[in-house]
This record gives sequence, C-alpha cells and structure tokens, in this order.
Amino acid sequence: MSDLTKLTIAQARDAMRKGDTTSAEITAACLTAIAGADALGAFVHHTPEIATAQAAAADERIKAGEAPDMCGIPLGIKDLFCTKGVPSQAASRILEGFKPEYESTVTTQLFDAGAVMLGKLNMDEFAMGSSNETSVYGNAVNPWRRGNDDAALTPGGSSGGSASAVAADLCLAATGTDTGGSIRQPAAFVGITGLKPTYGRVSRWGIVAFASSLDQAGPMTKDVRDCAIMLGAMCGHDPKDSTSADLPVPDFEAALTGDIRGKTIGIPKEYRMDGMPAEIEKLWQDGTAMLKDAGAKIVDISLPHTKYALPAYYVIAPAEASSNLARYDGVRFGHRAKLAQGDGITEMYEKTRAEGFGPEVQRRVMVGTYVLSAGFYDAYYNRARRVRALIKQDFDTVFADGVDAILTPATPSAAFGLGEMTDADPIQMYLNDVFTVTVNLAGLPGIAVPTGLDPQGLPLGLQLIGRPWEEADLLNVAYSLEQSAGFVAKPTKWW
Amino acid sequence: MSIDIETARRVAKLARIKVEDDALPALASEFSAILGFIEQLNEVDVEGVEPMTSVTPQRLKRREDVVTDGNQQAAILKNAPDAREGFFAVPKVVE
Repeated sequence: MSDLTKLTIAQARDAMRKGDTTSAEITAACLTAIAGADALGAFVHHTPEIATAQAAAADERIKAGEAPDMCGIPLGIKDLFCTKGVPSQAASRILEGFKPEYESTVTTQLFDAGAVMLGKLNMDEFAMGSSNETSVYGNAVNPWRRGNDDAALTPGGSSGGSASAVAADLCLAATGTDTGGSIRQPAAFVGITGLKPTYGRVSRWGIVAFASSLDQAGPMTKDVRDCAIMLGAMCGHDPKDSTSADLPVPDFEAALTGDIRGKTIGIPKEYRMDGMPAEIEKLWQDGTAMLKDAGAKIVDISLPHTKYALPAYYVIAPAEASSNLARYDGVRFGHRAKLAQGDGITEMYEKTRAEGFGPEVQRRVMVGTYVLSAGFYDAYYNRARRVRALIKQDFDTVFADGVDAILTPATPSAAFGLGEMTDADPIQMYLNDVFTVTVNLAGLPGIAVPTGLDPQGLPLGLQLIGRPWEEADLLNVAYSLEQSAGFVAKPTKWW
Repeated sequence: MSIDIETARRVAKLARIKVEDDALPALASEFSAILGFIEQLNEVDVEGVEPMTSVTPQRLKRREDVVTDGNQQAAILKNAPDAREGFFAVPKVVE
C-alpha cells in the first residue's frame, strides 16, 4: 500500500485486519515521515524503539484476532502527558530532564488498546498559549501556507505540535488537551478534527495540570470517525481522578449514522462579534445551511453571558495554574537553579522558578497569585466563579429548551503568522479563544470540524457544542456536517 | 485598576518568582492591562449566584481509608535534582 501515513485510523484498522498492511509498515512509514519533518517542529522527543516494539506486539495481537480498534495505530502524544521513562516536560524548561516513573491513564489506556507511540509533541509551555510560541522547544509550524507566500504560520495552540503532526501526516492521530480551546483552535488552524470531551469523561491523571476544573484531554484526528474511535479508547472511569465520571462509555463510532433529521441546532447570536471577518461569517452561514439541508431544525438562541467568558477564564485559569504550578519548586523534579553562596531555600524557589518558567507562564502564575491574594479573592476569584455559574446556566437553559447542539465558528480568523502577535498585548492573543472558552467553563463537549478554506487557501473550521455526556450525538452531528462540507484539502508539502 | 511597581514586586514575591527591579515597570503595566480586561466582570449582576465549585453536579467518589500504594522511595527520588540518603536535599533552612 502507498501513502500509509495518510491513512485514517479506520482505514488502517480495516487494512491491518484484512492483512493488507501491518502496524510495523505503517509505523515505519510514520517514523520516516517524522525524520524528514524537522522543519515543522512537531515532534520534540522521538521514541522509535518504543514504537517499533509496540508495533510488533500489535501485529501479533491483530494476527491472533479480536484486537481493539486502536491496535497498531501510530500516534503522537502531546508533551503534557506523562509517559513512563520518556521525557514529559510540558514544553517547559522547569521540567527539563524529567522522566516520569509512571504512565498517564490516557496513554495507559491507548497502549493497552495496542496503540503505538511515535514520540512526544510540541505545545505551548504548560498549555498556556494559542500559537505554540511559548514552547521551550521553539515553534511548531503549520504545514499550511498562504498561497505561494512562504511565511511560517502558527498551527495554533496549545496543542500546536499535535495539530501540525496530524495535518502533515506524520502520525495517524494525536492526543491533545483543551483548557480554553487548545484542541479545537489548533485543529481548525490546520484543517483537522479535534474534540474536547465533557469535563470528567477523560481521566486527568498523569496529565500535567494547568487549570484542573477546565482541563480535558481529547483526540485530534483526520476525520470525525477517527475522533469517535479514539475517544472511545481514551475515556472511562478512573479511580485515580476524583472528577472522572463513572458512566458507561458508549460505542461512539456506532452513533455515526449521519442522520440528523429532527435535531435542533442552535445559532447563538452573541457569537456574531463586531468586526468578524466576512469569510468566517460566510463559513458559519454555509455550515448552518448544510445542517438545515440535512434535515435539522435551525433556531436562533441567546447565550447572554458569552461576553464575560474570556474575562472569567482569565481569572479562573491563572488562579488554578498558580496553585497547580506551585509544585515546581526545584525540590522533587526538574530544574533547580544554581545557587550563590549563602542562598537559602527562598532564593532557591525564586531563582528556580524565574529560570524555569517562560514569560507567559510567569505572567499567568502571578496574575493567579494576585486574584487569589488576601483582599482580592472575593472581588476577582469568587466573582469569576459566579459569572461561570451564569455562563453554564445560559447553556442549561437552551438545552432545556430542546436544543441538541450549538453551531459556532471555531476561531475568529484563519491561522496567523508566527511572530505576528509578538508586539500585541497578551489580551489580543487571548481573544483567539473567544468561541471555545465558554465550553470549558460550562464543562461541555465541543468539536472543531474543518469546513472550508479562506481566500488565501487556509483551512477554517466550525465548532459544534453538545449536551453534557452526549458526545455520541455530537459526533453524529459533526459527521453530518463533515459529509456535507466535503473538506478534503491538504497542505502542499514544503518541509 | 492600575497596578503599581510595589504591588508587582509583592505579587512576584508571593509567587516565588524572582523578578529583577528593571523588569518590574513592564510587569506592572501588563498586570494593569490584564486586570483592566478582567474588570468587565463588574458589569454582571451576580447577586444571589453561588460561586461554581464543580461543573458537573456529582458527589465526589470516596474510597476506603486504607493504604493502596507505597514503598516506592527510589522511584519517587529518581527525578530529584538533589537526593541524598533516601531524602530530598535542599539548602540549609534557618528560621
């Protein structure tokens, strides 16, 4: 078979089961593709020995029959996941040299299902960023370019390496994590599918924590079917994460009928922002028309507190981060600063954290420290948590009124150039998450699906938001949208 | 709300991040911009709204209060920047 790296999970699964190819062959093809793709900056730690051994074991299982769907599928793993004996440093200098003695629940489940790890993927430091420019490893680069312009574009963030690797066919799929849009925004920027599950669907154990009440891991894949397959392998109850939901995991792939007749799709008026680019507006209208043509009922809805989601997020996420990142103190793991004569433990903490954290992480830790500090806790943190309750209530109301899913743009623009936002103030960068962050605050599932190209030939995506725990239904609506949009464009290889 | 240099210094201290004096003015102005953005939240009427503690209304699972793990000293110390005689080592702490 040719172009093994271009296979979807479903195609590879079926081909391996029929004996048309093997995991060893697909894995070798991916390793070759990765070796030739340094210019993308996607893979930051390579694990070819692990991959080759896992592929051989997977081929044995497939030969024996009844192998799980993910058996033999080569994946990239975001650097935020702890992988035993393999560097896992959240793209931060402070975790330089850290090799976990344990395996995250998500990667354990994927490997138990026979999946193959090709290596670790680039990301924004501690998942804080929207362009992958805060990584200690340097930038990940979008395989897409604007027409014939060779300016390097961002693959989005924080799961930028995952997005770049999947779009460039370096791996069949990748894990991502999403705290404010970090799966969906990069997926939209590179023309792939990315799903953030309902909060609690996927165990957070062994994933480096950013903002614990918002973080969820999810699949980043070449299409909706793959998203369904991979999600099934990632989720399920885990006693090691107290917020993990003890609910049955449905067969997500079986839910993909493409039949959405009678479904009610909400179009939230508050997402029609001032100054929205014409191509985004058109993309959204086209997507609405596709769902309508497929038999869904379209209704206008209101989510009145949408405007306050980003400011609430920029209180809650930094507050939780300042608490979570307190563990990086130079004592138990990672980097410790060289100390001067007479330096005590406080100097060790302060120098270690100044050297180990990059500017964006320092900024968020300090903002979080401020909003939690005595005298400001009520004014900032508690107020933000109240507003968060109202944002969730907005969604509860529309779902109670019979809305099955909500359609919005995934991002306010197509991928921008690396370095283009360097001189902008941090808030300009934060606006990237304007359509995605509400979903994290309300704990809902959301999926980004590529549905079109902008005038410069860059991919654009729409977001569907579902009811809590109803990923199966959400995936089916996404599947219908995918079929109608017929997005098949791929980046032209330049790397 | 405008953050002055002294407040920026205090926050850096609380966060245990060393910030050089010459970097404080820029930091203070970034804080001011971010807090200015956050201040939109004051427009929202939150009277009578409980602060959210959990997005999913579920009771956290409990387990028996028994030892389920342990005896992993070597694994725990494996990644320490400085470990001696089975302990994490840190600079002298004198209060």
